Amino acid sequence: MTPVSEILYLIAAVLFILSIKGLAHPKSARRGNILGAAGMMLAVLVTVFKPNVLSYSAIFTAMAIGGGIGAFIALKIKMTALPQLVAGFHSLVGLAAVFVAAAAFSSPTAYGIGIPGNIHVGSLIEMSLGTAIGAVTFTGSLVAFGKLQGLIGGKPLRFQGQHILNLVLGIFLVGLILWLCESSSPVAFWLINILALSLGILLILPIGGADMPVVVSMLNSYSGWAACGIGFTLENNLLVVTGALVGSSGAILSYIMCKGMNRSLLNVIFGGFGAEATADAADKDTGDRNVRTGSADDAAFLMQNASSVIIVPGYGMAVAQSQHALREMSDMLKNRGIKVRYAIHPVAGRMPGHMNVLLAEANVPYDDVLELDEINRDFSQTDVAFVIGANDITNPAAKTDTSSPIYGMPILEVENAKTVLFVKRSMAAGYAGVDNELFFRPNTMMLFGDAKKMVEDILKAMED
Amino acid sequence: MDSTTIAAKASALSEAATALAGQAGTLSHEITNFANQTAMGGHPYFLTGLTVLVLAIFVGYHVVWSVTPALHSPLMAVTNAISSVIIVGALVAAGPRGMGLSKIEGFIAVLLASINIFGGFIVTERMLAMFRKKK
Repeated sequence: MTPVSEILYLIAAVLFILSIKGLAHPKSARRGNILGAAGMMLAVLVTVFKPNVLSYSAIFTAMAIGGGIGAFIALKIKMTALPQLVAGFHSLVGLAAVFVAAAAFSSPTAYGIGIPGNIHVGSLIEMSLGTAIGAVTFTGSLVAFGKLQGLIGGKPLRFQGQHILNLVLGIFLVGLILWLCESSSPVAFWLINILALSLGILLILPIGGADMPVVVSMLNSYSGWAACGIGFTLENNLLVVTGALVGSSGAILSYIMCKGMNRSLLNVIFGGFGAEATADAADKDTGDRNVRTGSADDAAFLMQNASSVIIVPGYGMAVAQSQHALREMSDMLKNRGIKVRYAIHPVAGRMPGHMNVLLAEANVPYDDVLELDEINRDFSQTDVAFVIGANDITNPAAKTDTSSPIYGMPILEVENAKTVLFVKRSMAAGYAGVDNELFFRPNTMMLFGDAKKMVEDILKAMED
Repeated sequence: MDSTTIAAKASALSEAATALAGQAGTLSHEITNFANQTAMGGHPYFLTGLTVLVLAIFVGYHVVWSVTPALHSPLMAVTNAISSVIIVGALVAAGPRGMGLSKIEGFIAVLLASINIFGGFIVTERMLAMFRKKK
């Protein structure tokens, strides 16, 4: 490695840091993205001009095919499909890490880490860690993709002795790495990969659909650590720096998502609520408690006579694709001089920031979209809270009921608004399987129906 | 013994000497490597890499916390794109002339990473272009 290429790699690393830093504000974000792309271009060019890269045809073919596929997907994808797209991309990084490790294993001289059959022990450890994390990322992301795309059921898939099986596989993995270090055997190398691939599937299958924000963040983190492991093998600082950036980014996002649910990462991974709780809730009848239901006309009337409205969107809004109709509705209210804002819970949707992107796609200006901490106090001075496709994130049981599975989770305090409008398909409980006592409050009005259709009906009622 | 045989023998000898020198070079390289390994208790890059890693985690921690929550989806997309910098390892594998197992593995890795690089940056750009200020 020459000093010049080292310095150019360093510049690329700085550009990557700046690209993330740009995301501190929407104004600087696009410039950041361009800096990131520039950093990548620099890194690729420096590598291509290295003395041991002699044949370009294979490289250009691969880049042209890959680049074409990537660009095509990125341009065609619908914004609602973003979570599965990101999961799919993570899987590719994981698989690429496996192949790079394999290449380094079969041709160690090219990377200066030893000769075939006698690779430095340190490199073998790093290589096996890189490839194992890469393999887990690959299959884990594929499962997450399947769940988000609806190819696999979103329900947590659990079976007896699952954790023990994972533990045994984990121990086996460590044993295989030791064997590889001792023998440099290709059999050990490929067994590590097979084991890690199955571990990825087993780890993600038991996690439910609504926990996907955590899973996607976690896999984001893994893809970074895989790059890091490969960076150590190849003795390349750029890979180590980038891997650490991505790894910590994913870890922080997972932490934010877990905090948004008041659950620990272990609790999410090893299964918390989901399956049984929902079954209980389904049996529970609403008893003789009164639920006030309303029509689109009622909702239109209430909102048009309000002076401020806060819209609380959830995953249901994304499923029903109602963000555009919602924006039209809020425009109409704004034209009447009514203050309209959006309140976003950290875990609303299927990936961090999911709601913000969907609202941005519907042309909602970002200053109108506020985070939980920024807006929670304002509910008490708000006339109407319009909850659409969300449930658990508004449930006051999280504050009061210590026995509730969601106890301690920060919620959007919509109950403080003068009137709460709930757009929901039915009385069914949310993901956590808990009843929302807000439905039975006198200041709540339930609007039953498909989110998009309901908003369109409200729009029509407002126009009349 | 005529002059041609002598010349042939001389050249053969010189070739053998070159080969021997080359072997001695490799051997000395191996010995240095080995010495380094024993001296450091690992291979020499490890400590440098570890320093870089720890410092980079700190940088990452601070930079990522400064990202506004509204842009967490683009953050994921862009980190995903830059983690494909793993392509530099793939390019080295795909670089040599001729065909071999590692070349094929490198080719596949370059292809996969390229999907990510192009896809990741483009989809991030698409997302960011939608974030607008109030008119």
